[in-house]
Amino acid sequence: MSDMDEFLEMFFVECDELLEALSTGLRAMDSATGDVETVHSVFRAVHSMKGAAAAFGLSDLVTFAHRFETVLDELRSEKLDATQSVMVTLHRSSDFLSDLVTAARQSECADQARLKELLNELDDIIGHEDVSTEDEDEGIEFVPLTLDLTPLDGGTPLNTFQIIFSPDAELYRSGNDPVALLFSLQQLGETEVTIDHALVPLLRDWRAEETYLSWKVTLITDEPVGKVNEIFEFVADCAAIEISSFEQPIQNDFFEKNPVATVGSQEQKELANNPQNAEEHKSVELDENKSEKAAKTSNGPGGNANAAASIRVSLERVDKLMNMIGELVIKEAMLYQVIETAGLTNQPDVVSALDGIRQLAGDIQESVMSIRAQPLKLVFQRMHRIVREAADATGKKVRLDTIGENTEVDKTMIERLIDPLTHMIRNSVDHGLEDAVTRQRRGKALEGTITLSAAHRSGRVLIEVSDDGGGIDRERVRKIAEDRGLIAPGTQLSSSEIDSLLFLPGFSSKEQVSALSGRGVGLDVVRREIMSLGGRVMIQSTENKGTKFSITLPLTLAVLEGMLIQLGDQSMVLPITAVQETLRPSSSCLHYVGKTGKLLLNRGELIPIVDIACTFGIRDEPAPLEDGVLIVIENDSHRRAALFVDAIFDQRQVVIKSLEENYGKIPGVSAATILGDGNIALIIDPEEIIFASGMEHARNNLKIAAYG
Amino acid sequence: MTARILAVDDSPTIRGLVSSVLRRAGFEVYLAGDGVEGVGSLSDADPALIITDINMPRMDGFGLIEAVRATGEYSSVPILVLTTESSPELKARARNAGATGWIVKPFEDKHFVSVINRVLGR
Repeated sequence: MSDMDEFLEMFFVECDELLEALSTGLRAMDSATGDVETVHSVFRAVHSMKGAAAAFGLSDLVTFAHRFETVLDELRSEKLDATQSVMVTLHRSSDFLSDLVTAARQSECADQARLKELLNELDDIIGHEDVSTEDEDEGIEFVPLTLDLTPLDGGTPLNTFQIIFSPDAELYRSGNDPVALLFSLQQLGETEVTIDHALVPLLRDWRAEETYLSWKVTLITDEPVGKVNEIFEFVADCAAIEISSFEQPIQNDFFEKNPVATVGSQEQKELANNPQNAEEHKSVELDENKSEKAAKTSNGPGGNANAAASIRVSLERVDKLMNMIGELVIKEAMLYQVIETAGLTNQPDVVSALDGIRQLAGDIQESVMSIRAQPLKLVFQRMHRIVREAADATGKKVRLDTIGENTEVDKTMIERLIDPLTHMIRNSVDHGLEDAVTRQRRGKALEGTITLSAAHRSGRVLIEVSDDGGGIDRERVRKIAEDRGLIAPGTQLSSSEIDSLLFLPGFSSKEQVSALSGRGVGLDVVRREIMSLGGRVMIQSTENKGTKFSITLPLTLAVLEGMLIQLGDQSMVLPITAVQETLRPSSSCLHYVGKTGKLLLNRGELIPIVDIACTFGIRDEPAPLEDGVLIVIENDSHRRAALFVDAIFDQRQVVIKSLEENYGKIPGVSAATILGDGNIALIIDPEEIIFASGMEHARNNLKIAAYG
Repeated sequence: MTARILAVDDSPTIRGLVSSVLRRAGFEVYLAGDGVEGVGSLSDADPALIITDINMPRMDGFGLIEAVRATGEYSSVPILVLTTESSPELKARARNAGATGWIVKPFEDKHFVSVINRVLGR
């Protein structure tokens, strides 16, 4: 049974690939970049899914895939045009097919109402005119060879059959073997076989590929007639077969009505019951001829059998490898420390050997990271559906363009990006894009465009979601923020600061709650999720031109480029991405407010100085600023702070060890790491430090003071 | 005596399923992903029986059957079609190409193996 489960899992993985091919193909058809081969590949994807689903008896999936396939078949035989409304249904069907796979995967029952609805929609396309659709609903696919296996007489022990079997030449041509059939009969019971060789000609007239023999078999068996019929299942059309039974009055009755109960006659019945079925397959046949031709001429695109050679490895193993690399990085740092302590750093060969190891460790780390890396395509592809659904729900016309789908990020990030991106995309459709009337008034294309792009940017990944909507109405945003008490009335804010208000918890700009984006609790959740991935979100908006959300993410969640700093007797790590500059403060750029407030004049702005040793309770009293170094850090929304530290050691890669799993959340700390000397250093969360210091509002007010 | 069976299907799931069922039934199994591969692996597999899907890229099941029947050495090897559809048309077409018989999905392990044994006369 577990064997079956394994194949079922394999089937689902295959389905994922087929669904992807399906949606890619449908999109190519949308944009009319698709050729005949595109339609074929779409058809094949659905067909393969149906075939495999049938093997597992997933009836909803088979029924639906079958109907879907019928429509696609009409398309590929050019009996049907891919009009816009047809394409809409195809996309919906593709989405639903994916839902069915998910339902099957979770052993859940699919949404039957939706199933019926879409089946009808597909029917409407082909324009089913007759009544036999009802039969089809029962699933013709599940009419396996209907051989009657039930004993007709309630299991009377012994039946005697007489079987006369005269094969045609055709029987040999189809690879059937009379001897094999006779053996099979023998296995049913006691047999007596006589051979009729009356037709065997003289040797000079004898032709090797002809048949001249026939057999008469008397079979005594406890098996019903069905079993006997079954043996002749494949040869009913290429042999004369007569089966009659003796000494069984009931069965004689049966045979009077059905003198020769062969498989052939059952097929006739099947055909008679299901004229629809017959017709349908005629068309399939025609098209398969066509597809063969197409395959011969194109020869290329269909051959996806030569897909890149790859293996599937469980994520667990890769994670384990990644952990070990982490340990290697730590051990290498330790080794360096030992060598340094031993005073060997002036020995060129020692240093070069150490450099070699360091280089290698770096390369291995990169390779493992690339194993874990997956193209963002996996996320981006889903977004087409999200856009479609969101567009349906809001009644807007929306197109999604994706750029840089092949940009790779860590697997974990792929999974955790789905929710925030979904939310942002929905947000863009719902709030970002104007309705058709407004767009028309503004002289824009009726169809709104959302662009989802990804690229590698200086060791990080940049993902952007932009729309060509009306941009953020800053007056309204400010008013709402004031009404909700998120900012003090009259606070001076720059445009980008107003935009950032959207990320504040509890902010909802939509006065009417929409079913789609919910109560506007979205964006702060999005931001929190992105931050938990070590990323940042920024927002840019131009009136009438649109809004752009930019997400930057680290390439990995396992290591971090950090600055090692000293605070009292402790070492801590500050992520290098947050660091803007480091400086030794001169008295001319230091300003004091009240008893404790210290400010740094930096690049024309006054920014708060935070003594993080005090924040973390490492010392009680702030140290004199002359004794240390200031590190200017910046957060997502360009808010800055200057951290006062005792000393900066160096910049290095550190392996991230989660604290939350084993210990719990510490405010201002995102994780921990192990240093070369075996000590543990906490990794500072710059964002939280800026927040926790409660400097945000103070800073806004002080800006005015500085210039006013 | 173990009989060798060549199974041709473009779906890795079906290939896995078929080979698992057959191996457990004591057959030696060779796999191919489409008709072209199937024909190409004939001499390696040296099959006593071939099982094939119909709808496959490059060369479909009918093509495979015709190609096998056209060979000298393997022209009389039994070929079973593993298919979702059970229409008389499909069977007729398969038969015309030279198919020995057919098995309709969803197949049940026992039935599947018994059909094969029957065709092989075991």
